[in-house]
Amino acid sequence: MSEPQHITLIDKDQLVGISAELFAEGYRFVQVGCATLENSYELTYCYDKAYHLRNFRITLLPDEEIPSISVIYPNAFLYENELHDLFGLNVRNISIDYNGTLYRTAIKTPFSIENVKQPVPPQPKPEVVKEHPESVKEKTEEL
Amino acid sequence: MGWFKRSPWVLHYNATSCNGCDIEVIVSLTPLYDLERFGIINTGNPKHADILAVTGSVNEKSRQVLLNLYEQMPNPKVVVAVGLCATSGCVFQDCYNVLGGVDKVLPVDVYVPGCAARPESIIDGILKACEILEEKYSQRKKTGYPAAKE
Amino acid sequence: MAQKNTIPFGPQHPVLPEPIHFDLVTEDERVVDAIPSISYVHRGLESLVEKRDFIDFVHVADRICGLCSFMHSMGYCQAVEEIMGVEVPLRAQFLRTIWAELSRIHSHIFWLGVAADAFGFESLFMQALRLREPVLDIFEETTGGRVILGASKVGGVRRDIDADSLSGISKRLAHLRPQLEELSNVFINDYSVKHRLSGVGYLSKEDAYTLGCVGPMARASGLDMDMRAIGYSAYKYLDVQPMIETDGDCYARCLVRIRENFHSIDLIREAIGKIPEGPIEVKVKGAPNGEYMSRIEQPRGEVIHYAKGNGSRFLQRFRVRVPTFSNIPAMIKILKGSEIADVPNIILTLDPCISCTER
Repeated sequence: MSEPQHITLIDKDQLVGISAELFAEGYRFVQVGCATLENSYELTYCYDKAYHLRNFRITLLPDEEIPSISVIYPNAFLYENELHDLFGLNVRNISIDYNGTLYRTAIKTPFSIENVKQPVPPQPKPEVVKEHPESVKEKTEEL
Repeated sequence: MGWFKRSPWVLHYNATSCNGCDIEVIVSLTPLYDLERFGIINTGNPKHADILAVTGSVNEKSRQVLLNLYEQMPNPKVVVAVGLCATSGCVFQDCYNVLGGVDKVLPVDVYVPGCAARPESIIDGILKACEILEEKYSQRKKTGYPAAKE
Repeated sequence: MAQKNTIPFGPQHPVLPEPIHFDLVTEDERVVDAIPSISYVHRGLESLVEKRDFIDFVHVADRICGLCSFMHSMGYCQAVEEIMGVEVPLRAQFLRTIWAELSRIHSHIFWLGVAADAFGFESLFMQALRLREPVLDIFEETTGGRVILGASKVGGVRRDIDADSLSGISKRLAHLRPQLEELSNVFINDYSVKHRLSGVGYLSKEDAYTLGCVGPMARASGLDMDMRAIGYSAYKYLDVQPMIETDGDCYARCLVRIRENFHSIDLIREAIGKIPEGPIEVKVKGAPNGEYMSRIEQPRGEVIHYAKGNGSRFLQRFRVRVPTFSNIPAMIKILKGSEIADVPNIILTLDPCISCTER
């Protein structure tokens, strides 16, 4: 059932060029996804043509700016406003810029690095120490 | 349940509901469940409404709209919180943008449980609201009309 | 030049079951610009992955939207299963497909009703909602819920449907079909309905493509785009045909949905004929580590569920991109230049689902 999905890593300066190329090839703009990592953001731009999905990924530091692609794909403006409002990213030259009024949330930029708690992956369990039964005893005595 | 002298009209507003309860509110007004047999109809105008049926928990932005709608309704009025989100916040109560139940914003008279609330329980809730409305009317007759709030 | 006026539309409006707000800039009776404003329903449920583990989150995914509730949990489960490499039993895939298609029917009939209400045909609205009830009865008997089903889970489905019930569903749908035909006949042939819908809200094929339209909206403009063609779940064993109209107006969008209703009935009956015996779930061990974008076709179009995990029981990120969010740019495009009296009609023929959109 699985649909093959490849993600190409690109630099943020390449974004507009690649978008223009894909537009010329007849790709449709699907979405911008964003995930908050420990100290950076991970943006995924998705394009589709004839049920074939192409993904491009940019890793972005919090204070960096990205160019808007709404000049090429006019429907990108909503996604870019969303990036600004929910993640606190700076997007340059959006065609319709809401200036932070698209989403009015109780806390500002709820998905920014400060507000997102990263889940801790399970650590490999430390080897069982030999004095295990004794330490258990001590604990029960303490109780 | 006694018979009412009036046929109250319902105004429905979706304050961050997931749509499930909204559909059920609409369904309870249509042929199979037919709330209209009690003379109750759905209106879009707050100035014609006696009962406000709110679905969903409230967020920052819909709160103002809700207060605005409530203030536009003529006195006396009854608020029905339809569904679990409207009573407590349901699965969404931990979300950053959710205030909690409707009672954080408006005085709620009737709570209708269920996720999504079933049409039967919505009908029960709205009929209960009719009784409260009758009570409010008789109360007002006894004590006289309260002075309009500034 | 006529004077420009700004008319607020929504968030509380008689034709809208859900809050969305538009600032309509008008010249006389003509809309020259439309600025949408959303977030009246923004809850921030994507952030809940921090607090619910990936198994529990299915219940949140179920409640993203009431109309396409099952599709959301199905899409979420598919994404997680794909990351974890879980092979869902074939019977569970068929059951998911049957419920998904039933959801499509009930959503489309509901839309037909609400659209009829928008152009002031109230008895048609009542008829449509009456015909929707048999589908909800099937849901209630097979899952226990009318709107929020909660039938999907990571690794399969929660409930089985026995052979008798399956043939019962098939019979009931066969019984529903002529009634639905009668209802559709009014939409297709009635003079006043035609007059109100045809030629209104035209969207060309090129615009639909560049503005990223999905679902019935794109198909009404002549685009062959139906995510069921990817062959997720049991659709690869079924004969799925995208319903395509070329006119691109409100009438065409209405026709697409009507034809999809009948196609869904056919698909369900085909699936009931082909469903194999076997288990309905597999045990899931471990936690998701990786990422996947699952694309499925909702009643309103393509929806993308993105899940990313790092090996803990809590997902790192969950994102849902819903069809209405993708259709809003086209909605603005259509609204520009339309008559102010057609605005409710145009907005409704897009079938906006605001609860999904704002999450």
